[in-house]
Amino acid sequence: MTALIHLAARSLWNRRFTAGLALLSITISVALLIGVEKVRTEARSSFTQTVAGTDLIVGARSGSVQLLLYSVFRIGDATSNVSWESYQRISSHPMVAWAIPLSLGDSHRGYRVVGTTDSYFERLRYGGDRSLELAEGAWFDDLFEATLGAEVARSLGYRIGDEITLAHGTGSQSFLDHDNMPFTISGILAPTGTPVDQSIHVSLEAIEAIHLGWQSGVPIPGQEVSPEDARAQDLQPRAITAFLLGLQSRAAVFQVQRAINAYPDEALSAILPGVALQQLWSLVGIAENALLVVAAFVVLAGLAGMVTMLLASLSERRREMAILRSVGARPVHVFGLLTAESTLLGITGAIAGFALVYIAMALGAPLAQASFGIHLAPSAPSPRELTLLGMVIAGSAFAGAIPAWRAYRLSLADGLSIRT
Amino acid sequence: MSSGSTQSIIALTGIRYRWRPNAPIVLDIEQLHIAPGERLFIRGPSGSGKTTLLGLMGGVLTPGSGHVHLAGSDLAKLSAAARDRLRADEIGFVFQMFNLIPYLSVLDNVLLPCRFSRKRSERAATDHGPADEARRLLDRLGLSEETLLARDVAELSVGQQQRVAVARALIGRPGIVIADEPTSALDADSRDEFLSLLQEECSASGAALLFVSHDVSLAHHFDRTLDMKTLNRALDGEAIKP
Ligand SMILES: Nc1ncnc2c1ncn2[C@@H]1O[C@H](COP(=O)(O)OP(=O)(O)OP(=O)(O)O)[C@@H](O)[C@H]1O
Ligand SMILES: [Mg+2]
Repeated sequence: MTALIHLAARSLWNRRFTAGLALLSITISVALLIGVEKVRTEARSSFTQTVAGTDLIVGARSGSVQLLLYSVFRIGDATSNVSWESYQRISSHPMVAWAIPLSLGDSHRGYRVVGTTDSYFERLRYGGDRSLELAEGAWFDDLFEATLGAEVARSLGYRIGDEITLAHGTGSQSFLDHDNMPFTISGILAPTGTPVDQSIHVSLEAIEAIHLGWQSGVPIPGQEVSPEDARAQDLQPRAITAFLLGLQSRAAVFQVQRAINAYPDEALSAILPGVALQQLWSLVGIAENALLVVAAFVVLAGLAGMVTMLLASLSERRREMAILRSVGARPVHVFGLLTAESTLLGITGAIAGFALVYIAMALGAPLAQASFGIHLAPSAPSPRELTLLGMVIAGSAFAGAIPAWRAYRLSLADGLSIRT
Repeated sequence: MSSGSTQSIIALTGIRYRWRPNAPIVLDIEQLHIAPGERLFIRGPSGSGKTTLLGLMGGVLTPGSGHVHLAGSDLAKLSAAARDRLRADEIGFVFQMFNLIPYLSVLDNVLLPCRFSRKRSERAATDHGPADEARRLLDRLGLSEETLLARDVAELSVGQQQRVAVARALIGRPGIVIADEPTSALDADSRDEFLSLLQEECSASGAALLFVSHDVSLAHHFDRTLDMKTLNRALDGEAIKP
C-alpha cells in the first residue's frame, strides 16, 4: 500500500505540469464549494451575533423579516412609522429594561443615518455581551453632532471635527440634501463587525431639525430653516421608525410580544430577532442551496478534468504497466496505482482549496466588512465542511476508478508485451 | 506431479495459447524444460511468439490448455494472486528497451521487485539492506558512481539502462532471469560486454538465464539453443498458408 502511494506520488510528480493543471481545477472548485459554505455560515453567525443582545424589535405592522432587515441591518425601508406616544408607553412597560429608538431614512454618501438616543450607545449589545466602545472622541452630545461607525470613518477618511451634511433618502445618489444643517463629527466607534460600523448616529432631535420646513419628504420652497432657527424650536420627535427592546427577563418575551401586537392605538409588530432570522434563512435557503449545487457541479467538472488527464496519460503508460507487471505487480496494483493518483490529487486539491478559502477570507475580510457588514473570522473547519471535503476526496477516488479500470483492462490484455 | 516439474525451474507441457477466443493459436509447444542455472538461448523471427512465451512462463498469461510449472508449482493450480507472487519471487525480467520506470530513481527502479516480493526483499537483505544490495549489483555492473544512482533514469544511455534492468532482474536472487531481446538496442561492443556481464551475474547468483533474440550470432554464448520454428508448432500451420 505505501509502495503504491509512493509510486503514485512519484508518477504524479513526473507529470507535474498536467497533474498540476488537474490539481488547479480541483483546488479552485473545492475553494468555491467551501467558500460558498463558509460565507453562508459566517453570514449567519454574523447576523446572529448582531441581534444576540436584543429581546424584541418593534415597528409598524409588517412582515417580521422586513422589520428585522430595515431596523437592525439597515436593508430596505420601513413602510410606516411608530408614533412617539406608543414608543413612550411601551418602553415604560414594567417588564422593559431598556429601549433604543431608531429613526431611519436619511443617509450620507450611501451610509445610513440613525437617529437615536444615548441608550443606543449604552445598551446595545452584540456578539454575546459586548457593548459599543468609542475608538476616539465622544458620543454625540450637541444637536448637530454625529458619531460615526468604524467603517464609515475608515472608508470616507473622516476624523473628529470634520463636517458632514446629510442627504434625504437612503440611496447613495440622493438629490435632496440637508446641506443647510451641517453636522460635526464628535466621535468614532470601535469596529464591531455589525451594521453599526456602517451607520452614522445622530440624535432624534437632529432628525427632527433637518426636516423642519419639509413636508411629505420635500422641502417647502422658501422655507429654509437655519441651524440657529432650528435650535429655537421644539424638537420633540413625533414619530420614529422602530425600536429595540431589552426585557427584565427573557421569560417575559412572549408576554410583552403579545401585548405589543395587541396594542390598541396603533398597528405594531413586535418580533423576536432569532425567529425572524430563522424565517430569513428559510427564505434565502433556496438560493444558498442553488449556489451549493452549482459549486458541486464545478467540483464534478474539476474531477472530470482529472479523469481526462489520467485517461490521456494511459496510452503512454502502457509500457510502465507492463514493467510493473513483470516485477510482480498484480492487476489490482495497477488499478490501485491509478486510484491512488486520483485520490492523492483529490486530497491535495481539497487541502489546497481549503487553504485558498482561508487566504481569500483573510484578504476579503475587510471588503466583506465594508460592503456587507459581515465579519469573516477564520474559523476551524465545521463538521459540514469536513463532510464536503470528505465527499470531494471520496469523489476523486471513485472518479479515479474510471482510468484505473481502463489501465487494469489494458494491463491484463497486454501481459508483458510492451506497447507504446 | 510430472517428473520434469521437480528438476526444472520451468517446465511447459502441451501448451496452446491464443490471445482472444477466436484468434488463431500463436503458440503450440509440446515440451520445454529449463534446468536450474541453465543458460538457454531461444531464437525466432519477429512475431514467432517469443514474448508471448515469456508471458506464459511468468504466469502473466494463462494457456488455453497445457501446464506451466514454475519453481515446482503448477501455475494452473494457483490463483491469479499467487501466480503474480510466484513471478515476483522467482523471475527477473529484462526487456528490449525502456526497461525503467521513468519517474523512479535508478535505485528505486532496482529495488522495485523487493516492493512486490517479500522473498526477494528478504534475500536481498540477508547481509545488508536491500538498498546496499542494489548498490552492490549496480557496482558489479559498472554503475558505481553515486551520482548515477540519483540521476534521472531518462538521462542514462541505453546500455546503462539495460544494465540497471539487469540489476533489477537479479536483486533478491530469483531462480530465473528472462531477457527478451535485451541487446537489440545496443551496438556490437556494448552488446558483447552486456552479454558477458549478464551471464556472469546470473551464474554468480545461480539463476537460470532464458535469453530470447532473433540475433543468431549470440547463440554460441549459451549452453543450449532452441529455435521457435521447431519449438512452436503453431508456426508450421502458418508456414503452410500462403
Ligand atoms: N497483447 C497482444 N494482444 C493480441 N495479440 C498479441 C499481443 N501480443 C502479441 N500478439 C500477437 O501474438 C503473436 C506473437 O507475438 P509476440 O509478441 O509473442 O512475438 P515476438 O516473437 O515477441 O515478436 P518480436 O520479435 O517482434 O518481439 C503476434 O501475431 C502478435 O500479433
Ligand atoms: Mg517480442
